[in-house]
Amino acid sequence: MFDSITNALTGVLGSFRGRLTEGNIRDGMAKVRQALLEADVAYDVAKSFCDRVTEQAIGEKVLQSLKPEQQIVGIVYQELINLMGPVDHSIEVRRGETTVLMMCGLQGSGKTTTCGKLARLLKSEGAKPLLVAADLQRPAAIEQLKVIGEQIGVPVYAEDPARSNPVQVCTNGRKEAGKLGCNIVILDTAGRLHVDDALMQELQQIDNKLMPHQCLLVCDAMTGQDAVRSAKAFNDALELDGVILTKLDGDTRGGAALSVKAVTGVPIKFVGLGEQLDRLEAFHPDRMAQRILGQGDVATLLETAQRVLDQEEMARQQEAMLAGKFTLDDFLRSMEQITKMGPMKSLMKMIPGMGAISEALDKAGDVDPDKDVRKIRAMIQSMTLDERQNPDKIDRSRRTRIARGCGVDPSDVHDLQKQFKQMGGMMQKMAGLSVTDKMRAVQQLQSEMMNPAGPGIQREKQRSKRGPEDRDKFRDKKRQARKQAKDQRKKNRRR
Amino acid sequence: MGLFDKLKGALQKTKDVLRTDVRDLFKAGVILDEGRLEEFQKGLISTDMGVTAATEIVDELRTQFLGRTVQPDDVWNLVRERLKAILRGAGDINWDVRNPLSPLKLAESGPTVILVCGVNGVGKTTSIAKLAHFLQKSGKKVVLAAGDTFRAAAVEQLTMWSRRLGCEIVTKPSGSDPASVAFEGCDRAVTTGADVAIIDTAGRLQTHQNLMQELGKIHRVIGKRIPGAPHESLLVLDATTGQNGLSQASKFSEAAGCTGLVLAKLDGTAKGGIVVAIRQQMGIPVKYVGVGEQIDDLELFSPDAFVDALFSES
Repeated sequence: MFDSITNALTGVLGSFRGRLTEGNIRDGMAKVRQALLEADVAYDVAKSFCDRVTEQAIGEKVLQSLKPEQQIVGIVYQELINLMGPVDHSIEVRRGETTVLMMCGLQGSGKTTTCGKLARLLKSEGAKPLLVAADLQRPAAIEQLKVIGEQIGVPVYAEDPARSNPVQVCTNGRKEAGKLGCNIVILDTAGRLHVDDALMQELQQIDNKLMPHQCLLVCDAMTGQDAVRSAKAFNDALELDGVILTKLDGDTRGGAALSVKAVTGVPIKFVGLGEQLDRLEAFHPDRMAQRILGQGDVATLLETAQRVLDQEEMARQQEAMLAGKFTLDDFLRSMEQITKMGPMKSLMKMIPGMGAISEALDKAGDVDPDKDVRKIRAMIQSMTLDERQNPDKIDRSRRTRIARGCGVDPSDVHDLQKQFKQMGGMMQKMAGLSVTDKMRAVQQLQSEMMNPAGPGIQREKQRSKRGPEDRDKFRDKKRQARKQAKDQRKKNRRR
Repeated sequence: MGLFDKLKGALQKTKDVLRTDVRDLFKAGVILDEGRLEEFQKGLISTDMGVTAATEIVDELRTQFLGRTVQPDDVWNLVRERLKAILRGAGDINWDVRNPLSPLKLAESGPTVILVCGVNGVGKTTSIAKLAHFLQKSGKKVVLAAGDTFRAAAVEQLTMWSRRLGCEIVTKPSGSDPASVAFEGCDRAVTTGADVAIIDTAGRLQTHQNLMQELGKIHRVIGKRIPGAPHESLLVLDATTGQNGLSQASKFSEAAGCTGLVLAKLDGTAKGGIVVAIRQQMGIPVKYVGVGEQIDDLELFSPDAFVDALFSES
């Protein structure tokens, strides 16, 4: 997602190298604006975003600073965060009373699925949710919610659509929650167009009758310029508390994400990243901004790693590495662990600086890292246990046998052997280094690989909650303190 | 209500967006300047027609009218002609309004197979029901195949429609291979002598390789049962979709060889300007538009009517 914004931004920001003038900043920002528009960002939002960045970028401070292009990247980053944040992921659970959450949105935005995902999330946090099927319009919507409820083990309250109306279902649903001892009620309302006055009034009736604690708008991330209009209409009718963006796992450019928050001021709480019921994640504007700027998203990568990787297995492998006894078998297992985290290409995009490389791979055509991984796995699996432990044993005849076993060229097996040997050496070297030296080695490796934005784009150091102004003040303060100390030393010497 | 009126009613909101801002821009006697052009471009972009098409139209206006006094009729005619030209495309497609089935390529003998695909939640199943109703009205016998075996209760949804329409349906338990459902659907159509078989598929995002391959398989399997089938492969597109629609069109075409678009949910404020971009860059024509939630709210798409409704007076 967000690829096109990323490409345009890195392209433009990369072209800022060299002398910066007001002229080329303005030209660059015009390109950024076009990219934003092509990514479905609302016209006004795109325009004001670029105006703000330009205004800050052509200030004296930036042009005279040591690395102006870096400053501009910083400004864009900060503005992106301002545009999408701040967020609040909390779903308030009240003690002693039933919390009511109402979901609303256009048809086909993914409300019912998101209800299920949300219920699953809340359940895993220890709450007891009840799903209420208030969608009496679409054929089989109630069945869909029932099936989902069964899958995640959450009760579903439904009535016969012929003899009920949405308001009644919701009120009865809340009563039912009291009986079942559930503390959260999630109302799955019918999809409706924001211009359909009758249905919008029905929604307001539910709102008045049940006073939901939170009203969440479910919004399809693929929506175009209309996203803003419908979000605004729903916000006017219901005073939304949050937005959940769905279908972000496609190649949508996600301009809706940037616009909805900017226009309505309603924060984006969660994002839906797949059809499976566990694919709901909290929305982090800073991580998203890093991804948009092609800086990778290490935080999400680490979170995924922690969730799916087998910690014991990893510890065992690390030990083997340290001892210099890393065998092909270990290599195979570690590769399997990594592939658990997702396709290589999407992983690479999350590593700072690697986004450009995966881009280059795309352009090269038939280079597919996942294919290579499969090939290597096949090769290793065609070896005997003994060969996996001692790769040096593999001679020509064994190589031919292995190659035939997995359908590759013998030279491929030879390449694998060679690469593995090199890697072993590198690992032993790494194992011997201290943590800081390791970091430096990795960083060096990274900077060697080309980065279109140059070393300019770097992750900003994460300091507590200080904003950029505070940081500048802090820096000045430090500078003054240094100066004073120096003067003091001079004085002392004179005496 | 006539066909044209219905479309016009559905497009009322876009027209409002375009006209209210723009009417003031192009008042007779005002001199056309850059500021006005930019405002107009903003109006065009907010219909989702894409930066390229919008810029093209604005550029044309710029070369012809910049710095001159505005004659509103001239300006509108130019905009209208350009849009019509784009939507008609190279083949100068304009469906025969009197024959609602004219956009469909019907099989010469045996059943015609229509494969319907699209991303999640665009309204595939509803569009299928409407299309089936449409075909039944013109005296065709229809068989539906509930190929969405993934989403909870999708099969039930289509079954309910088939009961309301009174047409035959082929179903399999959820989780079974959609290609086998498609195959059986074709099979049933041949044995019962139906005129048209409509194959539903599960919604899928175009970036999911494995799901797109599954769609390719469905396409191939249909062709195995009935040579030359599917005769039509329709991509359903949500009118609210933005520029992502382009990517949808290209990826789905790759997998299932799309022959046309169905533009659903045109009754909101979104106007599906993306079809302009798709027609311009991919050459896939729009065949039908969905303009409401009722079963007969499916209309034949006509570029002339679409553009005229977009800009018509009053």
